[in-house]
Amino acid sequence: MALTESDVTRIARLARLHLQENETASLQTELNEVMHLIEQLQSINTDGIEPLAHPLSAIADVGLRLRDDEALPTNDEQRRDQLMQNAPARDAGVFLVPRVIE
Amino acid sequence: MSRFLDDFPTIAAYRAGLDQGQFSVTQATDALLSDIQTHRALNAFVDTDAKRSLAQATEAQAQLATEQSHSLTGVPLAHKDIFVTEGWRTTAGSRMLANYVSPFDATVVAALNKAGTVSLGKVSCDEFAMGSGNEHALTGPVLNPWDHDVVPGGSSGGSAAAVAARLVLGATGTDTGGSVRQPAALCGICGIKPTYGVASRFGMIAYASSLDQAGVMATNADDLALLLDAISGYDSRDATSVQTCHGAANAPGRILGEYNALGQQYAGDKPLAGLRIGIPKEYFGDGLNTDVARVIEAALTQFEALGATRVEISLPNTAYAIPAYYVIAPAEASSNLARFDGVRYGHRTNQYNDLQDMTERSRAEGFGDEVRKRIMIGTYVLSHGYYDAYYLQAQRVRRLIAQGFQTAFADQCDVIMGPVSPTVAPAIGSVSNDATAEWLGDIYTLSVNLAGLPGLSIPCGFAPGHKGQDLPVGLQLIGNYFDEGRLLAVAKQFQQVTDWHERRPGVAA
Repeated sequence: MALTESDVTRIARLARLHLQENETASLQTELNEVMHLIEQLQSINTDGIEPLAHPLSAIADVGLRLRDDEALPTNDEQRRDQLMQNAPARDAGVFLVPRVIE
Repeated sequence: MSRFLDDFPTIAAYRAGLDQGQFSVTQATDALLSDIQTHRALNAFVDTDAKRSLAQATEAQAQLATEQSHSLTGVPLAHKDIFVTEGWRTTAGSRMLANYVSPFDATVVAALNKAGTVSLGKVSCDEFAMGSGNEHALTGPVLNPWDHDVVPGGSSGGSAAAVAARLVLGATGTDTGGSVRQPAALCGICGIKPTYGVASRFGMIAYASSLDQAGVMATNADDLALLLDAISGYDSRDATSVQTCHGAANAPGRILGEYNALGQQYAGDKPLAGLRIGIPKEYFGDGLNTDVARVIEAALTQFEALGATRVEISLPNTAYAIPAYYVIAPAEASSNLARFDGVRYGHRTNQYNDLQDMTERSRAEGFGDEVRKRIMIGTYVLSHGYYDAYYLQAQRVRRLIAQGFQTAFADQCDVIMGPVSPTVAPAIGSVSNDATAEWLGDIYTLSVNLAGLPGLSIPCGFAPGHKGQDLPVGLQLIGNYFDEGRLLAVAKQFQQVTDWHERRPGVAA
């Protein structure tokens, strides 16, 4: 099943990727080449086979570990600023984004 | 032109030089920084910082005289630019992170720092580790030290090129679908990816979390064993880090202990007597270049001379590793890379209307084409109505692939061997425009990640490249879970009777 141009637009929207209008057609071709490769999977009989999410569960029961729910010390202001140093826009310990509520 | 490491090509030789007072760590670091400058045409390093390296060198020199001294103290390394490093930029080869400086070190980097290694800088990689030729990197292609017209492999191409050019003794890498083993093979050096969960993923910028594993690259099995042992270990900050490996604690000492014990055991003129090598017939099919096949065959014959026996095995779903991987990895990538929203870190666009528009434009500008393609594929296969058909089906195939290995290891063989890559390094820019052409070269490495097994690549000869020039060929050794020590010990036996690992490119200045 081939992806249409509107599929590509919808996927880009879901993936939060802005597309230039002239990009849609070439992306459609590329993504369909990939889908063509992926379609090979449909020919394999996997009846009764459990999906494998964690590779080591091929040999053992793997459960995700939970840590104890304990309170850790809060970062001081200096560490906070250090942790936020890569933010494109910040002010007094908050990340700045465009206005969302008028 | 002579390079510092020409005289001290291994960790053992380098440490002997240090211990005998032939040079200090600072002198070595100075000399190597100058070698890196001389070879900057390779484009392997994306960030060097002499002041930082020399500060580490001074500390290492002091550490040498204390009880904290480690076999790696003073050893010069480079880190793949996908491990976050305090004080150094970490870009993951992406415009998205062009100016990112991490407030902390990745666990793997911290472990190597603690052992006293000296970082000579950050080395290039494909953007977010997505690529097989180091051509999808923010700073442009890395050149292969054997021939500047061909790729070094990827995604850890900078790591492989730096080690192959003898600019460092070792380097870190990451392997999601072959990204340590394949560049190691294409650059004529050694690289190992351990069992999933053995090395911490904390601070390793995520591509596909259920496949990503840190690895190391160096020129021989001894050095890999030292480096891998140092980066192994349980880490509570990585949810999939393992606490035990077949009952033994996942901690430094496990791999090296097994490696040394087997080294003692493998003695006499048939040291590998009793070792059964599984040869998957699917790894020697039509896609394998005949010159590469001939080199691999000669290496296997060498293993027979060491006493090992060959067993033909079948890994029937090998061909399906490619479609399964290219569903699972993009799916996980689309989820992992959702964090780049232009708010907390990373690129933010200058022009936008509202919050969503800001996110969409920041991501479109920040990600390169290959990354964007994989995010979109991942988004699609996880979307409502397609999840079962693509994602769950790929995970079922993943189980079949893992079961295929377990069937082989259960009663047919102890280790599996075959090629790493179907060809030698291709020319830079030669991969066709087909969206999937570059991916087909990953056929022998992907299954190992899907199954979470350890995999090793060692140089085993040369085959002609696109101009007829000699280019390195890598032999892949695949072990059962937690068999890293054995893989390395088996490789060492090969390296004791061959000198492929000692061959060095004569890098033009």
